Amino acid sequence: MGNKQTIFTDEQLDAYQDCTFFTRKEILRMTHQKGMPFPCPKLHGRYHEMAPNVVPMDYTKDPDVKLPMQLIINMPELKENPFKERIVESFSEDGEGSLSFNDFVDMFSVLSEMAPRELKAIYAFKIYDFNTDNFICKSDLEKTLNKLTREELTAEEITLVCEKVIEEADMDGDGKLGFADFENMISKAPDFLSTFHIRI
Amino acid sequence: MSRPPAVTLQVSEDAESDGQEPSPCNEGALHTSFRQLIQEQSSLAEAAAALELQVQAGGREPPEPWPAGWPAPEQDQERAGYSAATLRVLASMPSRTIGRSRGAIISQYCNRTARLRRRGSRPPLQQLSRAARPSLRQHRPDTDPAAATLQEKRSLLVKELLSLSPAQRGHVLLSVPLCLAEKRTLRQELMGQRGSPGEGARRGAPFSPCSRLEYHVMLGCRGLWYGLLSLLPAAQPWHRSLKQIGSRFGSSVLSYFLFLKTLLMFNVVLFLLLLVFVVALQAAYPPAPASRRPFTGLELLTGAGYFTHSLLYYGYYSNGTLNEPCAARPNCSAAAPPLPYNMPLAYVFTVGVSFFLTCILLVYSMSRSFGESYRVGGPAGDLAIKVFCAWDFKVVRRRWAKLQSENIRTQLKELLAERRSRCRPRSPRRQLERVAVHLLAWGLSLGTVLGCVVAVHYFSGHLHAVQQGAQARAGSAWRREAVPLALPLLVALMHAAVPHLYNVLAAWEEWDSPVREVYVAVCRNLLLKMVVLGLLCYQWLSRGGVCSSEACWETCVGQDLYRFVVMDFIFTLLDTVFGELLWRLVLEKRLKRRQRPEFDIARNVLELIYGQTLTWLGVLFSPLLPAVQIVKLLLLFYIKKTSLMQNCQSPSKPWQASHMSTVFITLLCFPSFLGAAIFLSYTVWSVKPSESCGPFQGMETIYESGKTWVNLLEKSNPNITWFTWIHQYLVENTFFLFLVSGGLLW
Repeated sequence: MGNKQTIFTDEQLDAYQDCTFFTRKEILRMTHQKGMPFPCPKLHGRYHEMAPNVVPMDYTKDPDVKLPMQLIINMPELKENPFKERIVESFSEDGEGSLSFNDFVDMFSVLSEMAPRELKAIYAFKIYDFNTDNFICKSDLEKTLNKLTREELTAEEITLVCEKVIEEADMDGDGKLGFADFENMISKAPDFLSTFHIRI
Repeated sequence: MSRPPAVTLQVSEDAESDGQEPSPCNEGALHTSFRQLIQEQSSLAEAAAALELQVQAGGREPPEPWPAGWPAPEQDQERAGYSAATLRVLASMPSRTIGRSRGAIISQYCNRTARLRRRGSRPPLQQLSRAARPSLRQHRPDTDPAAATLQEKRSLLVKELLSLSPAQRGHVLLSVPLCLAEKRTLRQELMGQRGSPGEGARRGAPFSPCSRLEYHVMLGCRGLWYGLLSLLPAAQPWHRSLKQIGSRFGSSVLSYFLFLKTLLMFNVVLFLLLLVFVVALQAAYPPAPASRRPFTGLELLTGAGYFTHSLLYYGYYSNGTLNEPCAARPNCSAAAPPLPYNMPLAYVFTVGVSFFLTCILLVYSMSRSFGESYRVGGPAGDLAIKVFCAWDFKVVRRRWAKLQSENIRTQLKELLAERRSRCRPRSPRRQLERVAVHLLAWGLSLGTVLGCVVAVHYFSGHLHAVQQGAQARAGSAWRREAVPLALPLLVALMHAAVPHLYNVLAAWEEWDSPVREVYVAVCRNLLLKMVVLGLLCYQWLSRGGVCSSEACWETCVGQDLYRFVVMDFIFTLLDTVFGELLWRLVLEKRLKRRQRPEFDIARNVLELIYGQTLTWLGVLFSPLLPAVQIVKLLLLFYIKKTSLMQNCQSPSKPWQASHMSTVFITLLCFPSFLGAAIFLSYTVWSVKPSESCGPFQGMETIYESGKTWVNLLEKSNPNITWFTWIHQYLVENTFFLFLVSGGLLW
């Protein structure tokens, strides 16, 4: 890198590196040089290009800028994901779905390859809990199934699947899945880590 | 006065969440005293359990925005008040609060790090407060995290973190499920505290230069490793085709294609070994040229003619040492010759080693496949995992997302159908009827097998007579070439026709469970194929069949096997064309039905296994047969895939394919590979090779070449008698071999 970047202070970059699973390079935009054939903007670059007029280039003072959900869910990584709204909501501080840069980085950090299983399980639980009552109840499951199969299962099949899932995974018998049940079930899934992963 | 939260306390959760606490008591047993409390609380509606801590903080901390959708604190006002201490205790014990509030997470992690720190040592008895409930022993009021504000909780956590090692600290910072802003604040406090002279500086935090370098190196390696891993799917052949097939037709049809890929891998390994150690060297040092017949197209079908004296068959390979020293040959330069290569030894060792390697690969595939299909604790738990873990978040393109959605839908339907079919009661009379029907069907199928075997036996005898007659009469060359084709043709016809009979039988039997139906069909077809092959092997080895009058019987057997392989391929093609393409056209145009023919997985897989068995049987007699099989499998993949996409539909009775791959590999290992290995061992140990051709001319058995070599070694260098001792007592001792093979399988 030719010129010294002025988007973040060194201290901020260190903080990002210690608190997330990304490196400094990945946080910054990668290309300041001319003549690079493929600009591959990383996290800050991606965040900036969604709304160049709103997101400042200078983050040294930690500006309080949030991007609304509509912009975030149009990102190519999230666009085809049936749970995109829930993902963004789970990581947003205000619960409405607007992400500050910190939330944005946090989201992709948890969804990256290096995040441990427990952390991913926590956020996966949050994502599938549509009514945010700390349980995955039958209505949450129905919504999940509808999103997964694009509403192509019959109502009877959906009910049957929901019943069977709760039957299988519910350990404490309260008719819905708490986090312990969910985590227990996830621990038996060999491919959870590879499917719950977005590459940016 | 704190506003009471609505927390539902459940006993099992306590025991589970506090599993790491060094408390000597069993938490679960003690909570009888909480029962009344539980009853009181369970009558309340569920609410976010984390609210109690926010609530207690009251107005002393900066107001945190309420997440949308959570009940506002005002609603809790009307609930009955519990004592603050009880609530504090309750609030800090169960770990249901998995990220709803910052304060809760901080307290939880504070406890966790405290436990981590205390794990090595138990607190001395004097310090334990004598509370009636052991779980309160560690909750002293002054350090009770639940009573603190957010800032106080944060400092508590920081204090706990500072007492950990730098690696643990970094790990906690990374894995705590807080938002990034909060993590940065924590980190800042950590740095601030560390900056003051004291423990932090001395401990060498994760932010020191050395460990940072380590950290970077580690990150770099990790990045490289993940980069390689991400390239791996792209490097796998047919990755995209397989994904397409899987998403359109489900995992059951996909298992056939995956099995084909596995077989291809086995053949490639086999072929490479033989190529490097046997074929290439013999090609470099060709023997004296025999009279070669001109190449006509028929050779590809019969394997005879031009191919008879070629690398394809056993008879071509020399029985001496290739590249002998100068004295043996009349005209060669006086330059020092390179190392002599003992062809017979190389031949038998390479075949042996390749079989051994195939055995190991098979056992490994089998164990991995078992591991995968049974890891999830059997069929229970599959559905939940499918719902939560099936969607691949990496899918970015619309078309693939749609395919993935279809795939998941198909799999869910499969699982449901399987569950549904499991529970259906039956009356005793009906059961008896069914047993009778099954017995009759089995009787019929066994009878068919017997009939086929007898037919093959008599036909082969008849052919032998005809061929002898044809040779005596010196008839047309075409006739001579065509006669050996008749037996493979008959066998292939049988294998094509009889499975349809079995399908009719299965339809008549009316199986309830589609899985069982498939297994029974597989068993019957397999029985037919293996019994017929067994008869043929017996004929080849006892030289009772077509090859008995040949001088070079091994080449003859090799040619026979080549013909069988080619015939098998031709009939598979015909079956695809007639069974799938023509049938679809008939259904659409003539009968005007929209239904397409189904892809019969069991039959196709058995055909693959049969072809592979033929290859393994023929490796000793025709070292290039694996190459033929590779070509055949490659062509088969594309033909089957095209036919599948154009003509077939996914199976109407969707059944779970997760165990089918295991079954296929097991079938490949046990009747197929084991039979071939037994055949090979018998040939090597007991059958007399021909006198005039091949690497083992004139010896008593093929195995003798190995023995001769060991004797030679002993003579040349008396110091290695230990080797001959091993050879004599271990390898020759069959009991020991059985032990070793048993141990390997275990």
